[in-house]
Amino acid sequence: MNPAEIVARLTERFGDRVLESKPDVVSPCSVVDPASILEICRFLRFDDSLLMDHLELLGGADYKDRIEVVYVLYSMTHRHRHVLKVRLPRENPRIATVESVWRVANWHERETYDMFGIVFEGHSDLRRILCPDDWEGYPLRKDYQFPTRYRGMPV
Amino acid sequence: MEVEYSGEIMTLNMGPQHPSTHGVLRLELKTDGEVVHEAIPHIGYLHRCFEKHAENVEYPGVIPFADRMDYVAAMNNELGYVLAVEKLAGIQVNDRVRYLRIIMAELNRIASHLVAAGTYGLDMGSFTPFVHCFRDRETILDLFEETCGARLLYNYNWVGGLMFDVLPGFEKRVIEFLDRFEPLVNDLNRLLSYNYIFVKRTAGVGILTPEMALSYGVTGPNLRGSGVKFDVRKDEPYLGYEEFDFDVPVGRGEFGPVGSCFDRYIVRIREVLESCKIVRQAIAKLPPGDVQEKIPKRVKPAAGEVYMRTECPRGEMGFYIVSDGSTKPYRVKVKSPCFTAMSAFREISRGAMIADIVAIVGSLDIVLGEIDR
Repeated sequence: MNPAEIVARLTERFGDRVLESKPDVVSPCSVVDPASILEICRFLRFDDSLLMDHLELLGGADYKDRIEVVYVLYSMTHRHRHVLKVRLPRENPRIATVESVWRVANWHERETYDMFGIVFEGHSDLRRILCPDDWEGYPLRKDYQFPTRYRGMPV
Repeated sequence: MEVEYSGEIMTLNMGPQHPSTHGVLRLELKTDGEVVHEAIPHIGYLHRCFEKHAENVEYPGVIPFADRMDYVAAMNNELGYVLAVEKLAGIQVNDRVRYLRIIMAELNRIASHLVAAGTYGLDMGSFTPFVHCFRDRETILDLFEETCGARLLYNYNWVGGLMFDVLPGFEKRVIEFLDRFEPLVNDLNRLLSYNYIFVKRTAGVGILTPEMALSYGVTGPNLRGSGVKFDVRKDEPYLGYEEFDFDVPVGRGEFGPVGSCFDRYIVRIREVLESCKIVRQAIAKLPPGDVQEKIPKRVKPAAGEVYMRTECPRGEMGFYIVSDGSTKPYRVKVKSPCFTAMSAFREISRGAMIADIVAIVGSLDIVLGEIDR
């Protein structure tokens, strides 16, 4: 399927829960409603015409007025790709986990939590993964203040 | 074999400083005697927050950081980043640059797989193949050194071109190396791959089924070891890989179930020969040209975002780059193949023996610099 067809399939199924779509940019993407992310991911993963069985990347991006979570999905069967995005508030961002759809999401979500402080609801093991457990702040946020000391040691 | 369980669980820390964890990786093993109930990987000891650094330098300045992620295959890392930026900025390169990039990437793949095979032999208690592998890798590093001055971290692929053209006689030296090296792969097979002890240690250990591999997003030789024929160079070609004739080896389960440590290992050995084929074809077709004509003075892509992935020796490396129209990337996110492979580790190693943990870690061929970034 080409990007326009994927977008059409998504909009046909989810209507106005697909907030915005850009099928003709370098990496075609759709912005979707955060509350239905799990349902949309299940659909993309198991629908016969889509079968996005490979979660290539899951990450965040801080845009000062909002935080985005990005899902890059690829189908090994149909060889097509689509990027899903959700927009969350910067204060207390929360979204449902997609760990039940792709198991690799477990670690990706832990990393996104570690770097951006996005809480993935229903995650089985939401701990920091790259930073130490007692690290303060979320390093990849644009307003992150670099610490001068860690456990009394200058860094 | 009958195993008697005492039911008493002991926690054992393997690493972070341990010779067979291939870097600073800590595995928390819950063991019952010799049987590992659960192996929980703890990563992050090498975390440098590459992605934060990348936001604070200009586009070409990220290339040396990309080198330092997977330091065993730096040429492939920077290639992925450079291609992503070129795709975002719409820069086309000429054929000489394309072919030289392919030659360097494939030579680096050979070098990286040699390290993987050699150190894997070392993990399994066989020292000699390690020395053989490093001897041949040395020739490749010499070729890189004469081209760009560095042996490990190259900064050779630039946005829109290359740092230097190759020296006169480079083609001849590469062909000489391949002529000498290709027969030696058979020696390696006789020494290590089909060695009875090695096969017993690896075949049937650490089974990764194709379904599990896909769900865990495992890519590259680890995925192909599970019998899934997928290679980005073949299935989503970049740089013109479609012009080359090569096969994608997959695990066949010669000595046990498909997806075992042995399959993952042998796929790498077979890939080395395929890479040799690609390098030969690229050398034969290498056109003349200027490798620096398209290098822009300032890289300033229009606002937008891009996802680009390439086939690195350890799997698919993806770069997600967001541009806000300035000379610095707004956000760089890396999909690291070792990170996803490591996330499947807990599943693969359940119920293994402690000695098999070493076999499984080695067969995944992880580089911690890339997992932790």
